Amino acid sequence: MLKKLLGIILLSVLTTSLGAQNFFPENGVHDQRNTTFVLKNAKIILSATQHLEKGSIIYRDGKILEVGADLKIPEKAVVYDLEGFTVYPSFIDLFSHYGISASKSVRSRGPVYENPDGRAAYRNAAIKAEFSSKETFEHQQDSAKKYLENGFGAVLTHSSDGIARGFGSVVLIGEENPSRSLLKPDGFAAYSFLKGSSTMTYPSSLMGSMALLRQSLYDAAWYAGQSEYVDFGLDALNRQAKLPKVFHADDKLTVLRAAKLGREFGYDFILTASGKEYQQIEELKKVNARLILPLNYPKAYDVEDPDDALVVSIEDMKHWEYAPHNARLLSENGLSFTFTAKGLPKGKSFLEALRETVAAGLSKEEALRALTSRPADWLGMSTELGSIKKGAFANLLISTGDLLEEDDALIVSNINRGNIHSFVPMAQLAAVGSYEGAWDEDTFKLKVSRKDKKFNVSLQGSDSTQWKGKGEITALGHISYSFKKDEKTYRMQGRLNADRNYELSIEDLQSGGRIQITAARLETGDQAESSSQEKETEDEEDKNDKLGEIWHPFMAYGKAERPKAETILIKNATVWTNEEAGILQATDVLVRGGKIAQIGKDLNATADRTIDGKNKHLTTGIIDEHSHIAISRGVNESASSLTSEVTIEDVVNPDDVNIYRQLAGGVTAAQLLHGSANSVGGRSALIKLKYGSPASEMLIPNAPKFIKFALGENVKQSNWGESNTTRFPQTRMGVEQIFYDGFMRAKEYEAEWKKYQSLSAKQRATAQAPRRDLRLEALVEILNNERFISCHSYVQSEINMLMQVADSMGFTVNTFTHILEGYKLADKMASHGAGGSTFSDWWVYKMEVQEAIPYNAGLMASQGVTVAINSDDAEMGRRLNQEAAKSIKYTEMPEEEAWKMVTLNAAKLLKLDDRMGSIKVGKEADLVLWNENPLSVYASPDYTMIEGKIYFSKEEDAKLREKIKQERIRLTEMMLKEKMKGKPTQKGKKKEQKIWHCSDRGGLEMVHMHDHLHDH
Amino acid sequence: MKTNLYIAVLVLFMSTLTALHAQNPAPAKEMAGPTAVMNATIHTATGRVINNGVLLFKDGKIEMVEDATNIRMDLTGYEIIAAEGMHVYPGLILPASRMGLSEIDAVRATLDYREVGDFNPHVRSAIAFNTDSEIIPVTRSNGILLTQPMPEGGIISGSSSVMHLDGWNYEDALVKEDVGIHLHWPKLFRNTGWWAEPGPTKKEESYEDDVKKINDFFAEAQAYDRKLSGNNQKMSAMQAVLKGDKKLFIHANYGKEIRDALDFASKYDQIEVVLVGADEAWMVIEEIKKAGVGVILSELHRLPNRPEDDYDLPFKQPALLADAGIRVSVSYEGNRSSRNLPFLAGHAVAYGMNQADALKMITLWPAEMLGISNQYGSLEEDKSATFIISAGDVLDMRTSKIERAFIDGREVNLVDKQKRLYEKFKYKYE
Repeated sequence: MLKKLLGIILLSVLTTSLGAQNFFPENGVHDQRNTTFVLKNAKIILSATQHLEKGSIIYRDGKILEVGADLKIPEKAVVYDLEGFTVYPSFIDLFSHYGISASKSVRSRGPVYENPDGRAAYRNAAIKAEFSSKETFEHQQDSAKKYLENGFGAVLTHSSDGIARGFGSVVLIGEENPSRSLLKPDGFAAYSFLKGSSTMTYPSSLMGSMALLRQSLYDAAWYAGQSEYVDFGLDALNRQAKLPKVFHADDKLTVLRAAKLGREFGYDFILTASGKEYQQIEELKKVNARLILPLNYPKAYDVEDPDDALVVSIEDMKHWEYAPHNARLLSENGLSFTFTAKGLPKGKSFLEALRETVAAGLSKEEALRALTSRPADWLGMSTELGSIKKGAFANLLISTGDLLEEDDALIVSNINRGNIHSFVPMAQLAAVGSYEGAWDEDTFKLKVSRKDKKFNVSLQGSDSTQWKGKGEITALGHISYSFKKDEKTYRMQGRLNADRNYELSIEDLQSGGRIQITAARLETGDQAESSSQEKETEDEEDKNDKLGEIWHPFMAYGKAERPKAETILIKNATVWTNEEAGILQATDVLVRGGKIAQIGKDLNATADRTIDGKNKHLTTGIIDEHSHIAISRGVNESASSLTSEVTIEDVVNPDDVNIYRQLAGGVTAAQLLHGSANSVGGRSALIKLKYGSPASEMLIPNAPKFIKFALGENVKQSNWGESNTTRFPQTRMGVEQIFYDGFMRAKEYEAEWKKYQSLSAKQRATAQAPRRDLRLEALVEILNNERFISCHSYVQSEINMLMQVADSMGFTVNTFTHILEGYKLADKMASHGAGGSTFSDWWVYKMEVQEAIPYNAGLMASQGVTVAINSDDAEMGRRLNQEAAKSIKYTEMPEEEAWKMVTLNAAKLLKLDDRMGSIKVGKEADLVLWNENPLSVYASPDYTMIEGKIYFSKEEDAKLREKIKQERIRLTEMMLKEKMKGKPTQKGKKKEQKIWHCSDRGGLEMVHMHDHLHDH
Repeated sequence: MKTNLYIAVLVLFMSTLTALHAQNPAPAKEMAGPTAVMNATIHTATGRVINNGVLLFKDGKIEMVEDATNIRMDLTGYEIIAAEGMHVYPGLILPASRMGLSEIDAVRATLDYREVGDFNPHVRSAIAFNTDSEIIPVTRSNGILLTQPMPEGGIISGSSSVMHLDGWNYEDALVKEDVGIHLHWPKLFRNTGWWAEPGPTKKEESYEDDVKKINDFFAEAQAYDRKLSGNNQKMSAMQAVLKGDKKLFIHANYGKEIRDALDFASKYDQIEVVLVGADEAWMVIEEIKKAGVGVILSELHRLPNRPEDDYDLPFKQPALLADAGIRVSVSYEGNRSSRNLPFLAGHAVAYGMNQADALKMITLWPAEMLGISNQYGSLEEDKSATFIISAGDVLDMRTSKIERAFIDGREVNLVDKQKRLYEKFKYKYE
C-alpha cells in the first residue's frame, strides 16, 4: 500500500518536472515558478453525474493534482477561496475551425476540368486530405476569447475547406503557446460534401460530391498496394482510416447521407447536425448516429404584417417552436450528441442558447455530458479532458452559479491548462450587494448590482427624489458617485473594507467639506437583476405543454401518423384493369396486405374501409418514367460528359411537397432521373411517392437499376452560354465517341477484374487488385444487362447512332426518353427493342424540338414501340392523365391504350410490370379512384393509395388544409406575443422550391447565368 | 376499300404537300357566299347552349343564331355545313401571348418580344408579329383564332395589338391596333442564392423606389406638353392610356402588389385597367371586385407558390374569381403550350368553375378585356363570323377535335407543319 502510494507520488513528481521543462528562449533571467494553485470551498461539478457540494481542487503546471472535499491544503500554494462559486470542467467543441485560416476561394472564369494544383495532389482539388492542422494551427486571440467566455476549453479544430478536409487536432483554447495547446496533433480527420475553394468544376452537385468521396476512398485502397505513383492526397486518406472522423453535414438530410456513406467504408463519422434532427429521430436511430448539435434556434418571425407573414412557411414556424427541444427529444430517444458553438444566431451567446435548451427540458446531466465527458470520450481523451479529476488538465470554469439554469449565472474565469482567463474582476463581484448608511438625519441605501457583466451603482434615500446621480465601480471594487441633494452637488468615493462594508467619503462640491460614513452590508451574495426571469420560466413551461405535433414530413401536408396499410374494399367502380379483361363495369376490388387481393362483382369481404366506387373509375397509379422531383442539391453533375459514378439514390429528398401534389394527381411511382447535361449521366432512383416516409423507404426495394443517357443540344452545351464551349463534346459527332470510348474502356476494365478474380487466393495475395472505378462499373453493368438506359433524345440522327453503338457493343437501349422524333424511326426502335417515353405536345423551346409533333406517341405505338408519356416537370407530373388523353385527340388512340401510356407501359419501361401497372390479383395495390373517366380533363383523384396505404384523399386533404390553418394561427399568436414582449424577431423568408428540369446544370460556374432557360 | 380511299386521300395530300413545299397554308380568300351551319350544338358564350342550332353568316357577319327545331328558314343560296353531333364555339382568344414574336425559345435571333429599357410605352408588338410563324397554324388547329402578342420586360414594356391568326402580313392580321400598354408592377420579393440552391426569398428593397418611378412617369406623362418639350415618343404613347383610349395592362402577382397597383391606377380617373398574371388574385378578390377590373390569369398549369397552398389553388382560382363576379381569362407565357388554352378552361371546370364561365374565360371575357367584344368573343347576330366547329367538347382533350374554323367568315385552312409531318411518316409506315 505504502509502496503503491510512494509510486504515485514519485510518478507525479516525475511528471511535474517533465511538464515544467522549459526550452523556450527567455529574455531576462529564468522565471519558472511551478506554482501550486488551490481552489477551495467551491461547489465542484466533477462530471455530468458527480458533484461535490464543497471541496477543493489543487493543480500545478496545468494538471490537476488532487480534488476532494477534505483536502490538505499545501502550505506553499496560491489559494483562492471560492465560497459561493461553482467550478465546472470546461466545455469541449468537436466542430471548430479555430486557429486555422480559411482558404481563399478564387472563382475562375469558365469551367475547370483538371486540377490546377501543380503538386502530386489528388486529381480533384476538393480532396485536400493531406491538409495538416498541426502545421498550420495558430493561436487566435479574438476567437479564443469568445470560446473562453462561453466556457470552452478545448476544441477539435480542422480546416473548413473541401470534401476531404485533412487532419484535425484537439487544441486548448486558453493556452497561447501552440506547442502546449496542440493535443493529439493531426490525430483526427474531417470531411464534408462541400467542395470549398476548389476551382474545379467537378463536383457541381451533391451527388457528385458523394461520388467523389467514395471514389477517392476506393482510390486510396488501391493506392496502398501500388508503387508507381505518388499521391499525397491518397496517402493521407489511408493514414486517416483509423482516426476518429468528423463530418460536416450541412443540412438535415445530409446527416443521414453522410452516416450511410461512412458505413459503406466502416467509418463511424461524428456528424455535425442541422438542428432539425428531432424531425428524423427514427432514421438517426437506425444509423446510430453520433451528432454534434448546433444551438441555432431561430428568432420568432415578424408576422405582424399579414402579407409579409404569408411568406413564412409552416415548416419554419413549427421549427421555431421545436428548435430548442431538439436535444431533449434526441436524448429521450437515446441518441448521443455533443454541442457546438457554431451556428449560433447573431447576438446570442452560447450560454443563453444552452439555458434555452435546458429550459426546454433537456436534463442538466445530459447537457453537461454533451459538453464535457461525451466529447472527451469520442476524442478518446477521457483521461485528459471532460471531467475534474486527478491527472486531467486543469480546464476549469469558475461560475457564479448554475450555468445551465440561472440566467444570471456568469463564467468569472476560465482556467485552461492552468492559464487563468478572467472576465469579471472578483472585487467587483464581491462588491455586489446592498449597503445602508445614515447621513444628515436620513438613511440611504447604496446598491451595487450586476446585470450579466455590467455593474451599476445607485443611491437611494428615504425621499425618492433625492440622491439621484451617476456612479461607477472600478475593477478593484472602488466606487465613485455624484448626486444632488437639497440643491447641492456632492461627490462620493467609496472602498470596500475587510468586513465587506463600504467606507464612504462624501464631498460637498461648493464648500469642499467632507464627511466619512460607513455603509454596512445588508445582504450577501451575487444579486444580478433578473426581473423578468420568473415570468419567463412560466411561459416556457406553458410552451412545452402545448408543443405542436411532429408531422411526417415536417412541413405542409405532413401527417402526425404515417399512413397504415389497410384492408380496403372498393365497390361498384369502373375498373381499368390494363389486362385482357379491359375496363370492367360495376366491379369490386379488394386490397389486403398491400396487394390486390380480389377483383370481382359483389365481393363479400370484411374490410377496414369500404369505399363506394359508384360512378367512379378505379385505375392503377400513374408511373412517371421521367421525373426530377424530390432531388436535393443538383440534378446534373455537369462537370464531365460521363458521370455514371453519381446516383440520384444518394440525394432523394423526401421533404418535397411536390410528392404530395403529384399524389393528388394520381402519381404513385416515378423514376427520378439525373439531368441531361452529359452523354452518360448518373444512375436513377426508382421511388414510390410515399409522402412522409424517409428517402430510404421511398426507394423501391429490389428495383432494377437504371441510368440516364443524353444526346443533343444539352449534351453539347448548345444553350449554355459563351463560357461553356470547351467541354468535350461540342457536337453530335463527339457524343458518339464518348459512348464508344466509355464502353470500350468498360470492357477492358471488366476483363482486368475478371483476370484478377480468376487468380487463386495465393496469387491474389501478391497481385495488385485493379482500381475500383465507379464510373466504369456502371457501364459494365449496362453491357451485362444489369443496368438499363433511359436516354434523353430528340432528333433522329442521334437516336439512330446510339442504337448502332448499342448493337455493336451488345446491349439494348431500354428507353429513349423525350424521343420527340421517335416517330421518324419508330420501326428501327421497335426492331432494336427500345421503348419510347415522350411528351405529349411540347415543342418550340429549342432548335432540336422543331419537328416535335403530338402524333409522336401514336406513331411510335403503331410500330410496336412500348410508349409512355412522361413529365420531366413537377407541375405536369400532376396531370399526366391529361397528357395521355391528348393521343386520343391527335391520333385516335383507343382510350385503354392511351391510359396504359402513363401506367402499364411506364411500368414496362422500368421493368416493374411484374408488380405494378395493372389491376391484377397479387400486384401491388397502387391505386387511384377518379371521380370521372381518368382521361377526361374533368377528372381528379378522390383517393390515391400505395401498397394499400392511403396517401391522398380529398377528404383528408380538406382536413390537412384546416390543420395547417389552425397551426398557423396558433404559432402566429405565439410569435406576436414574442414581439409584444419586445423579443427580437426576424423578417419572413419564403421557402423557394427548386423545381428541377433535366437540363438544369448543377454547376457553380453557372452562377452568373441569369437567364436560365427552362429547356428540357 | 377503306384502305384504297385512304391512299387516294393521302396521294392527294402528298401532292398538295409538294405544291406548298412545306410552307404554312395560304390565308383564306374572302368568303364566297352566305353559309349555314346546321344542326350543331351551338355554344354562344353568352351562357346559351343551343342543342339543335343553326348559325347563318354572310359577308363575314353572323346573321342568325337560333334553335333549328322551331324556326323556318329559306336557305336558298346558302352553302350548307351539316354539323349534326358537332359543337360550335366562338373562335378562342388567347389574350396575352408571345405569338408571332418568338419562334424558338433558345435561338436569340428568333426572339422579338423584349426591348431594352425600363419605360418603353412607344414600342409596338404588332409590327414584329410574324404571320409566317409555324406556331400560328399549329395553334389555330386547336381553335385559337385571336391573340394579343405582348411586349415583355422592363417596367413599361410597350404597346400590344390584337391579331387574328390567318393573315398574309401583320397589317392584314390586325384586329385592333395598339389596344393597350403593359405595366409590369415591381416585385415585393427577390430570390437569393443561386438557382440550384436557392436561398430564402427576401424583401425587395427597391420596391418603394420602383413604385415611385412609376408614379413619376405617369405624372410627367400627364404633364407632357408637346409644344414645350417637342416630340417625345414615350410621353406621346402614354396620352391615350391616360385618356382611357388605350388599356393599361398591369402585370402584378402578389396580393399586396395587386392592391398597390390598383391603388395607383385609381388615382387616374380615366385609366382602364386589366390585371395580368395575378397569381395571387385570391388574396385580394374584394379589392379587384371593387376596382371592377378584369383579370387575365397566368397559366393555370403552374405550381402553387407556397408549400402550404392548396395543391389545386392555381386550378381553382378562375372559379374563385368568377364566382365573385370578376371577369377572368387566362394566358400562357411563351408558345410552348399555348395551343392548350381550351384545356386550361376545362381544367378550371374540374376544380369548381361552371361550364358556361369556363367558355367565357377563353372567348367573351377576354374579348371584353381587349375591347373587341363588339365583334368577337360570342356568337351573336351582327358580330363577326369567327367561330370553330369541333367534333366534341372543345374544353376536353379527350373529345376536342377542331374540324373547321372561320375568321370573319373566311374558312381557315387547318393544315399545319405538325399535321404534314404526321402524314409524311404515316406514309412511311404504310
